[in-house]
Amino acid sequence: MSSAFLAILQRDLALAVRAGGGGELALVFFLTVVVLIPFALGPDLNLLSRIGPAILWLGALLATLIGLDRLFQADEEDGSLDLIRGAPLPLEFAVFAKALAHWLTTGLPLTLAAPLLGLLVALPAESVLPLTASLALGTPALSFIGAAAAALTANLRRGGLILPVLVAPLCVPVLIFGVSASDAGRSPMSLQSPLLILAALSLMAAAVGCIAAAAALRQPD
Amino acid sequence: MTQIRFQIFALTAEALACRRGGRAIFDGVGFRLANGEAIALTGRNGAGKSSLIAMLCGRLRPEAGVIRLDGLDDLQLAEAAHLVGHRDGLKTALTATENLRFAQELFGSAGLAPAEALATVGLPHAGPLPVGYLSAGQRRRVALARLLVASRPIWLLDEPMAALDAGSQTMLSQLMQSHLAAGGAILAATHGPLGLDGARELRIGP
Repeated sequence: MSSAFLAILQRDLALAVRAGGGGELALVFFLTVVVLIPFALGPDLNLLSRIGPAILWLGALLATLIGLDRLFQADEEDGSLDLIRGAPLPLEFAVFAKALAHWLTTGLPLTLAAPLLGLLVALPAESVLPLTASLALGTPALSFIGAAAAALTANLRRGGLILPVLVAPLCVPVLIFGVSASDAGRSPMSLQSPLLILAALSLMAAAVGCIAAAAALRQPD
Repeated sequence: MTQIRFQIFALTAEALACRRGGRAIFDGVGFRLANGEAIALTGRNGAGKSSLIAMLCGRLRPEAGVIRLDGLDDLQLAEAAHLVGHRDGLKTALTATENLRFAQELFGSAGLAPAEALATVGLPHAGPLPVGYLSAGQRRRVALARLLVASRPIWLLDEPMAALDAGSQTMLSQLMQSHLAAGGAILAATHGPLGLDGARELRIGP
């Protein structure tokens, strides 16, 4: 059973690295958004550094959404989802492996790039660590919520259109607490509580998202 | 002499009916498939051969009828069966060996090593090539090699002979023969001969 889990994880990581899969695309999109927004805002450095965390979080959220529709659709189209359905591994764990691979190839690189991109939005030095921590704890929730939506739209031809509509409302709490954690460096609010809430959101999304996605994938036509 | 490798089982389908998009495709289809038996599923295009196979895998809900698998320790049919269909389940970016190793680790039931399986289907040198570089017939053979890397009692094949050249068709017939001799069972949708002695024909539709 664990070999099947590792096989799925390993295959998805290999695919993401090899075929120009979602990973680089998300990172490039993130970079583009964060680089362009300061130009659009104009030369107000105070404004920029005040909304910097929000820009980075929005960029990370949108970058995660890109390519999410392919998470199960690609497997459905080439038939490898049928193999995964026929594996002795419970489908919930297969979904977990795929969502984990998705996070490792999108959420994690975005988190690691964020401190660097923080320079571009004049992120105050004391906010860099809270922002990185909030991304590290919060982006898994995006991958798992996204996995449930991706499973629902796996056999819709233009599932990519409906997916953001499904995912966006569910991601609002993550966005709110993510940005408030990043702002904690400057406000009297404690850093601990938003980070704990983000961790809780990620854990809940991991459990609920995997069960929901597996239920959606199991449903016969 | 081939060894019997599989437990006694019987796959029974009774009075299956299929409806897709509000249109009745077939009804009253039934069969029984036990160790060492093969069924050639025939019928004109659109008769519902692939739909029947999708039903057996649990991908399509039967309008009526039951599918039952006895024996095999209460395994679900999807877990006891290999499926090779039109969608070949191969990732074009991965090499043939990687695809087969993935299937082997995913299914977790002992079988041939990927390199041996590829040699058996006549592609001994295709191992390090990405599947995207292979021709349709070669891809089909890599998909068929999946039958060998993990051992499962029931083979559900959808037009297995499609895109195969004459030599590969003979190779596939031999693979199927030895699977039957080992106590496995095969249900194959086909338009041409499967090259199997004693395969029963199940015709769907007129």
